[in-house]
Amino acid sequence: MPPPTRTPTEQEVHGRHGRHITDQDAHEINRVEELSYDLKIRDVMTAEVQTATPEMPLSKILEILRINRVSGLPVLEDGNLVGILSIEDIVRAMEKNDLSSPTSQYMTHKVVTVASYDSIVKAMSIFTEKSLGRLPVIDENHKLVGMITKGDITRGILVALQKDYKEEEVRRYRASHLFEDIISERTTLVLRYTIKAGDFTQGGKASSHIKRALVRLGADPQIIRRCCIAVYEAEMNLIIHTTNGGILKLEVEPHRITMSTTDNGPGIADIAQVFQPGYSTATEQVREMGFGAGMGLVNMKRCADTIDLNSTVGEGTKLTMRIFIPNQTFGGRRKGPNDEPSTNH
Amino acid sequence: MNLQQIIDQLNLTVLTEARGFASIAPTGGYSSDLLSCVMAGAKKGFIWITLQAHLNIVAVAALTEVAAIIVTENAQPDPASIAKANEQGVILLSTPLPTYEVNGKLWELGIRN
Repeated sequence: MPPPTRTPTEQEVHGRHGRHITDQDAHEINRVEELSYDLKIRDVMTAEVQTATPEMPLSKILEILRINRVSGLPVLEDGNLVGILSIEDIVRAMEKNDLSSPTSQYMTHKVVTVASYDSIVKAMSIFTEKSLGRLPVIDENHKLVGMITKGDITRGILVALQKDYKEEEVRRYRASHLFEDIISERTTLVLRYTIKAGDFTQGGKASSHIKRALVRLGADPQIIRRCCIAVYEAEMNLIIHTTNGGILKLEVEPHRITMSTTDNGPGIADIAQVFQPGYSTATEQVREMGFGAGMGLVNMKRCADTIDLNSTVGEGTKLTMRIFIPNQTFGGRRKGPNDEPSTNH
Repeated sequence: MNLQQIIDQLNLTVLTEARGFASIAPTGGYSSDLLSCVMAGAKKGFIWITLQAHLNIVAVAALTEVAAIIVTENAQPDPASIAKANEQGVILLSTPLPTYEVNGKLWELGIRN
């Protein structure tokens, strides 16, 4: 019996301010934060930079800026960074009609730099704090190795996000086409997990691995949710109630998902009783943790299309649940002309 | 109402690593201390209010994809639970208020699903 479905409210779909905030959005915003620590300045900086010397006349600098379409140059003397000259400095010189002066006269001497091995978040905070537009990048030996601008950072983050996205897309593509790519009379993907009795620290671990696998396989979100609830309850039952733990198995076929658990004891005396909402044999300790509500098998029955529970006291229990997949829509849709993943990376 | 506003309005303590709270807009709430009920009743994007504080709430939150857990009455998740929550991207918030009051405040803030 499928669970009752509900049409999402306007608010659920569009959020409180009318903006559609998806999990994907939230995930990517967090990923940007993560990337600003993961990405190093050397990963995103412009490495081949034009440089100036202190003696160079400003008219010459203006020429370099114009040709290279940049708005500032680091100034080097004997290979050492001695200053930075930006378009604003040239404007100052122009106001005085002084473009024949040497660079040294107008450049900023005290240069703020960043190290190539710093995270880009360092450059970002300097850009904000000091209102600077570009920073020279130096290496361990204080030699100039590049320049970094806000544009470089934006581009670097976008490239990294694109790469993440593509890797996940390719993985999902491969997984979701598994059943189409492998030809047999009956293809079954079996996921098997050993669940230890009493190991609450690992509770839900197998279920989250199963969830990830189903997402990759392109299963329908509603099917994933039903599977998750059913296998979580089954996994916790092995942890809470068995003598020696058991095996949790998931068999994925294009038309159905079979979830089963097998254990060797203690077994259930009255099968009808365990399907009664609220019936539980959990200890007080287990109940304190929020288990033993007597809703486990009720939840499983609600989520699975079929459920079969066989048990013999002293021998063990075998639970089998099935969810049927309408129209065998693994991968979310039938194969179309645009289904090839892009490979230009 | 985003999660940052909720944290500020209810004066919640953030137990897990800071992330883009302002970009998370909870879509509803669910209160229970029974994990099976939470599995069945909490929807993706909801805030879950509970006084359970042990490791298994993290697994339930990860599976149901709730936006955050508010642990009430100053119940303290142990460091292992907090570490696990960080690893799984689960947001843990805490408050001295009892569940009933948290529910009332969230309702007033417009979280009414």
